[in-house]
Amino acid sequence: MLDTPLVMYDEDLRRVLAVAQRLVKDANAKGVFIVDHNGQLIAETGELQGIDTTSLASLTAGSVAATGGLAKLVGEDEFPVHFHQGQENNLHISLIAGQIILVVVFDDRSSLGLVRLRVKKMGAQLGKVFEAIRKKADRTQTQGRTETPFAEITDEDIDNLFSV
Amino acid sequence: MSFINYSSREINCKIVYYGPGLCGKTTNLQHIYSKTNPDLKGKMISLATETERTLFFDFLPLALGQIRGFKIRFHLYTVPGQVFYDASRKLILKGVDGVVFVADSQMERMEANVESLENLRVNLAEQGYDLDKVACVMQYNKRDLPNAAPLEEMRRLLNPGGRTEFEAAATTGEGVFETLKAVARDVLRDLKQMGG
Repeated sequence: MLDTPLVMYDEDLRRVLAVAQRLVKDANAKGVFIVDHNGQLIAETGELQGIDTTSLASLTAGSVAATGGLAKLVGEDEFPVHFHQGQENNLHISLIAGQIILVVVFDDRSSLGLVRLRVKKMGAQLGKVFEAIRKKADRTQTQGRTETPFAEITDEDIDNLFSV
Repeated sequence: MSFINYSSREINCKIVYYGPGLCGKTTNLQHIYSKTNPDLKGKMISLATETERTLFFDFLPLALGQIRGFKIRFHLYTVPGQVFYDASRKLILKGVDGVVFVADSQMERMEANVESLENLRVNLAEQGYDLDKVACVMQYNKRDLPNAAPLEEMRRLLNPGGRTEFEAAATTGEGVFETLKAVARDVLRDLKQMGG
């Protein structure tokens, strides 16, 4: 049996983006990416144009998973915050509520201290938003029906996808 | 775990290619990458050693088309096949929606195939998945080699339950897209069953 799918509606995404945009502004960051722990990009905002966001999401999730494995080896549950320092750009990666990854990209217009401070506050808000999304999904599941567009999709639609 | 985004009208699913070392998992992805329209694929990432053995994973994002206005995207991953990379394999299986088991048809690799399939079962179980219930397609790769084991023998050892199976030669591309289509179809049907 597979996990319940993560389902995001317009209003969910708007709430997530509002937090991310506030974080970009308050932390003076170049951009913020929100990724689910399986490597799917959920939302992005900021001035980073042309970046390969699909790869970024997958590699971030891989990195967080590998670091989580390291943490367990030394008796920790997680290392919830990682920081990568570059020549011009830096990455601050944090795990929110054990399942959402918050990536902040920043340069010398900001500082690690400021980013950490803002992430702490906004990360908590983001955690609440995703908790609400998860609760909504759990409610629909206990009602015996996970909300997916597949309710309207037929086997024929699926077969047609591969007929070309 | 698939991700359904109503805002961008996208459905994202994760497929993992599993199997023993050097069975051709990366070659499968490389063939898919080389034969797919550039508009439909993202960049292929390979985290490999200097000798091109997969170190952590290969990753290929692929758009398959649209169903009723929803873009269907698949994220294809391979695991490192070598026995001692088990911790990495477990990480990559997280959130999987479908599995392709790539078996090496060479006679001398039968034991490695059986061991890897058992390893898949154990690693899935650790995450609460049952291999018999996950969308999983069997690919008998390297059928073009002279030392390939008889198909009946492979079927008896690796696929007694009769899951969907394909003969393949990933270096030439034979059977590669057939395998991908079959697992993608099974994943979408599972999702439909879950929500429909």
